[in-house]
Amino acid sequence: MFSRTWQRLSSVVLGLFLAPAAIADWELNMTQGVTEVSQSIYELHMLIFWICVWIGAAVFGVMFYSIFKHRKSKGAVSSQFHESLGLEILWTAIPAIILIAMAVPATTTLIEMYDTTNSDVDIKITGHQWKWQYDYLGEDVGFFSSLSTSKDEIYDRKEKGENYLLEVDKHLVVPTGQKLRFLITSNDVIHAWWMPAIAVKKDAIPGYINESWAKIPEGEEGIYRGQCAELCGIQHGFMPIVLEAVTSEEYQIWLDGQRAGVEAEAAAALGDFTFDELMTEGAEVYARSCAGCHGSEGQGIANVFPALAGSSMALNDMAGHIDIVINGKPGTSMQSFTAQLNDVEIAAVITYERNAWGNDTGETVTPQMIIDAKK
Amino acid sequence: MTTATASHDEHDDHGHHGPAKGIMRWVLTTNHKDIGTMYLWFSFTMLFVGGAMALIVRTELFQPGMQLIEPEFYNQMTTMHGLIMVFGAIMPAFVGLANWMVPLMIGAPDMALPRMNNWSFWILPFAFGMLLFTLFTDAGAPNFGWTFYAPLSTTYAPSSVTYFIFGVHMMGISSIMGAINIIVTILNLRAPGMTLMKMPLFVWTWFITAYLLVAVMPVLAGLVTMMLMDIHFGTSFFDAAGGGDPVLFQHVFWFFGHPEVYIMILPAFGIVSQIIPTFARKPLFGYASMVYATSSIAFLSFIVWGHHMFTVGMPLQAELFFMYATMLIAIPTGVKVFNWVTTMFRGSMTFETPMLFALAFVVLFTFGGFSGLMLAIAPADFQYHDTYFVVAHFHYVLVPGALFGIIAGVYYWLPKWTGHYYNEKLGQFHFWMSFIGVNVTFFPMHFIGLAGMPRRIPDYALQFADFNAIASVGAFIFGFSQLIFLFLLIKTIRGGEKATDQVWEGAEGLEWTVASPAPYHTFAEPPHVK
Repeated sequence: MFSRTWQRLSSVVLGLFLAPAAIADWELNMTQGVTEVSQSIYELHMLIFWICVWIGAAVFGVMFYSIFKHRKSKGAVSSQFHESLGLEILWTAIPAIILIAMAVPATTTLIEMYDTTNSDVDIKITGHQWKWQYDYLGEDVGFFSSLSTSKDEIYDRKEKGENYLLEVDKHLVVPTGQKLRFLITSNDVIHAWWMPAIAVKKDAIPGYINESWAKIPEGEEGIYRGQCAELCGIQHGFMPIVLEAVTSEEYQIWLDGQRAGVEAEAAAALGDFTFDELMTEGAEVYARSCAGCHGSEGQGIANVFPALAGSSMALNDMAGHIDIVINGKPGTSMQSFTAQLNDVEIAAVITYERNAWGNDTGETVTPQMIIDAKK
Repeated sequence: MTTATASHDEHDDHGHHGPAKGIMRWVLTTNHKDIGTMYLWFSFTMLFVGGAMALIVRTELFQPGMQLIEPEFYNQMTTMHGLIMVFGAIMPAFVGLANWMVPLMIGAPDMALPRMNNWSFWILPFAFGMLLFTLFTDAGAPNFGWTFYAPLSTTYAPSSVTYFIFGVHMMGISSIMGAINIIVTILNLRAPGMTLMKMPLFVWTWFITAYLLVAVMPVLAGLVTMMLMDIHFGTSFFDAAGGGDPVLFQHVFWFFGHPEVYIMILPAFGIVSQIIPTFARKPLFGYASMVYATSSIAFLSFIVWGHHMFTVGMPLQAELFFMYATMLIAIPTGVKVFNWVTTMFRGSMTFETPMLFALAFVVLFTFGGFSGLMLAIAPADFQYHDTYFVVAHFHYVLVPGALFGIIAGVYYWLPKWTGHYYNEKLGQFHFWMSFIGVNVTFFPMHFIGLAGMPRRIPDYALQFADFNAIASVGAFIFGFSQLIFLFLLIKTIRGGEKATDQVWEGAEGLEWTVASPAPYHTFAEPPHVK
């Protein structure tokens, strides 16, 4: 670790003095994004930036001129003038005019951003601690999307991948050339859904449904990445957003595939699973959905999230264990997993939790038991 | 008040009015200078406590990945850093300066309400003791950010939130009492001839700040009381499931919070407006317009709170209103900067340490003002909001803004307080290290914010790594430079070149007419201001 630290430090120091080329691939500025709105915002940003630069140059120009010319060591004698109504009026009026000139394009852009009418695709986005849920309204398609970066990468036990912390298990797939309307809400605390490339940032607030929209032009198909922008608890830094823009045709094929997948999953739940199959599946589900709070070894976080290893529920109370995973515990971060895990996954993860890390109950929880418990 | 009859000339005849001996001098004192000193040392201590937390944060952020601490503790550190710096370092430091200087500047013998003054101060160590002790409890310290948005701070909060609420109540009581004291002192104890429009600008800015405090601290108290009710008494002010409204929390918080940020900068405006004319040897340009500009800023601070909430989904009309109102603030703020620069123009400047900090204040605070203007543009704010661009912005106005203002004031008045000149070389060394450190820390944050790094995250994507490493190096330079300041202060208190009563060649005002160090009791006989 030490040598890597030094490497970084020396590259930083060198970067300061050498090659602007080295600095060129450091991102310095706001993204221009891919939509018309994000482009207008970028232009507003640059306009106000240059206004500030010019005002700064003028004001600090006078200031540094005074500092160099009107210093006592150069024999400057101070004048005693200390008032000028004309000047005061002048430097009240000029900024006022600049500000009005600035307010006009800002207002136009804002009105544009608020026009969520006539959408083609409506997607409900629900923030959860600490993952996103996407529902394609009227399409019968919905799923959860959570971080797929491994704990090994986060804790420096493994080389970090290219999209470290900006990768998820399921992408939000959207069509290009169509007006997307996002309906944004939350299931627990306040989150904020932010996708810089389309300049959409809206708070996800429990009890509210906020609206926003974007239209990604055809030809801008690709993968775009963002993050939760509002502090939402311990894993706030670990709930990224990945948006995959595809053509309308690909989008329809994807929707069909999603629907078929849900049916296949339901059918699979009625099949038979061995203990080993459930343990393997359960370990994967656990790492994705549970380890963030309960720890990769079931150790929990002292006084914040309970440990599962050796817990009396995991050892003795199977019905309670199934109930808390299905229904959650209101008012805590323990949410209901019914909507985000299918019956096989819930059965697998409970089986895993009851048999991993020394919880050797030897019990198997089958998907059928989950289906029964939900009734 | 018997002390009012003793002037410093008669001091020896009234020896029992001098400071008592031992620790009880500080516990029981009603003397504005003693209380001011305690406020200043308290806030300096808090600066180091909050600064240590910032360094823990910056160490974790030095490179991607989790190395030093866990996300849970990271959130506690950012939360406590913010709370301690705002309520424990910046605000008490200004109250300390007001305690010391307002009576001296208006020719008053003491603060108008000296016993309450003692109480205002002594509440603070207990409030912060309670807040800091939560770090050692099982539940850990508050972890929901210094803005403590509900429901993260209510339904989902650690149990230590109750101590936090009680602590905020106590800080609020202290601030309100301090503010009332300042208002009453300024309105009633000015020397004959000291009309309002002859008051030094530091007095003016504090006068306006005190009104802001009295207006908004009760709002904060109401807010945390609603939280307390939600947490312990089954109400649903902020709980959507019970018919409450999480956005209401933010409206109330920022109705307090926006005037609060001006509470932290207006007195610094005042300090800088004292220092620049002294070292330019030229009267402050546009005194009256400075007073009107400060008042305008104070008024506008009540109608711009929504700009902290551009992304919560307010209606378009509200967004436009808050955008226009916020842009308006640039006008009076600009007037102040123009006045300072014109004061320097055709002056006869020297560059002692207080002037260096004041000049850095003018430049770097204006940087913060520019990024503030950018943030006011609502459409662009959708990209800036909750990123490191915001972190860069408010640290520019609070560190080289408020904190440099305070440090400038300390250097400026230190010879008057201690009777000794500080070591000028050491002071300038402190300045340059602080100046470099602060910019290396906070300037790169503009870039990583624009490039898309959200604030309050313990770990980040790889493209933000280089600038984060630079910022962390800067933070350590800045943090450790403040030890120079501590060393210099102790050295100056213990000895040094004897200061004249006038202290600075170009200084004007009543505080420079009393002896250096300022006697324990001053202006028992009110001076006459022509």
